[in-house]
Amino acid sequence: MTTAKTKRDYSLVGESTRAAIETGLASAEWYHTDVPRKAMKELMQRSDGPAIRDTIIWLAAILGSAAGIVWFWGSWWVVPFLFVYGVLYGSSSDSRWHECGHGTAFRTRWMNDLVYHIASFMLMRNPVQWRWSHARHHTDTIIVGRDAEIAVMRPPDLLKAALAFTGILDFRYSLPTLMRQAFGTLSEEEKSYIPEMEQHKAVVVARWHMAVYVATIAFAIALGSWIPLVLVGLPRLYGTWHMVMTGLLQHIGLADNVVDHRLNTRTVYMNPISRFIYWNMNYHVEHHMFPMVPYHALPRLHDLIKHDLPEPNPSMWHAYREVWPVLLRQLKYEDYYLKRELPRTARPYRGEFHEVDMSPAAE
Amino acid sequence: MADWVEACAVDDVEEEDVIRFDHGGRSFAVYRSPDDEFFATDGHCTHEKAHLADGLVMDDIIECPKHNGRFNYKTGAAKGAPVCVNLVTYPVKIEAGKVMIQI
Repeated sequence: MTTAKTKRDYSLVGESTRAAIETGLASAEWYHTDVPRKAMKELMQRSDGPAIRDTIIWLAAILGSAAGIVWFWGSWWVVPFLFVYGVLYGSSSDSRWHECGHGTAFRTRWMNDLVYHIASFMLMRNPVQWRWSHARHHTDTIIVGRDAEIAVMRPPDLLKAALAFTGILDFRYSLPTLMRQAFGTLSEEEKSYIPEMEQHKAVVVARWHMAVYVATIAFAIALGSWIPLVLVGLPRLYGTWHMVMTGLLQHIGLADNVVDHRLNTRTVYMNPISRFIYWNMNYHVEHHMFPMVPYHALPRLHDLIKHDLPEPNPSMWHAYREVWPVLLRQLKYEDYYLKRELPRTARPYRGEFHEVDMSPAAE
Repeated sequence: MADWVEACAVDDVEEEDVIRFDHGGRSFAVYRSPDDEFFATDGHCTHEKAHLADGLVMDDIIECPKHNGRFNYKTGAAKGAPVCVNLVTYPVKIEAGKVMIQI
């Protein structure tokens, strides 16, 4: 189906924002698979045990690999330790940030908050700003002009997507952003989703982050060594690839401006190591539909509702192979997208939600 | 003058849980605490229009199903981002096995 072409405006205060609000796409009612209350209550239950276990393993692996970096610095033996440390610091921090931001990883609130702040620092993310941007991402998932976390916009910038694996672009954005915020300036877009009463907190926390970076640089200079920077800050560059590899698959190539996560979000089966790093966020349709369910219960939720969801991609490789031709086609036709097929057991996509602005889809 | 309205039977709400009650074009949430007391608040989260009856009750906290915003359902107090505005609470009494709320 073809509609009149309009260029997407990804600004959060522009034409697409106005259109999303006017058409009711903003803060809309989203589709949910029916799950009996009793089953959902069980799935939502919080416990500290799984996240404490995983966090002990995570911190021990971080400290162990950091010790390896210090010990083997100057020899090639340092490389595997850099590989492990980088991924733990630069990638697995994203899932910790995410789950603890939702407050679902631990039952105990302060544990969520502590890990959330540590992970935010590792990611060079302002924890106040990103808490609000992520709330918006859940309210208006891949709604153009509303969602502040659309990773690949249309038409896709493939060079930018490729460079994301190096962390360079994120680093170039994140550090200056923290610096600007530390000087007390929030952008108009940031102000559009951070409530006024929270904005000063964003400035204060940015100052703390910058203070740690300044101290790390001073320490590195005093030691005459790169090691402090390799351990603090730079892993955001050399360890980001796994976060991007898994995270890009969440929504890339799928529909935008729809209110059904089955259409704009992807679940991908992954190996156990990636699932540990990613804290089961590969069950991403399930997470978006029911963000109250902790990461450790997502496989159970998946089993319960998979009859109503598109077939998951069996691997990351499969998902990238599937999406690559879609991205190439979007270079010419930005309205093109990959429409996920539903199993016969699923409730159909609701036409009144999805057909009005439907663009040509890959069947 | 506010009226007492029958919201549900006592047994309709499980311990440490919440149900929805609609009346007069408005929506409410009726809670049963772990120590078997009943409470009532406005039905929708003050952050965005998600119904709290789909959320999770933990001790004296109700967590919104949409963004995990938390309120103390006994006092209505918002407990941090992304909720900033308190919930309105309503007096509750039990009469002959019925949960009555004053609205």
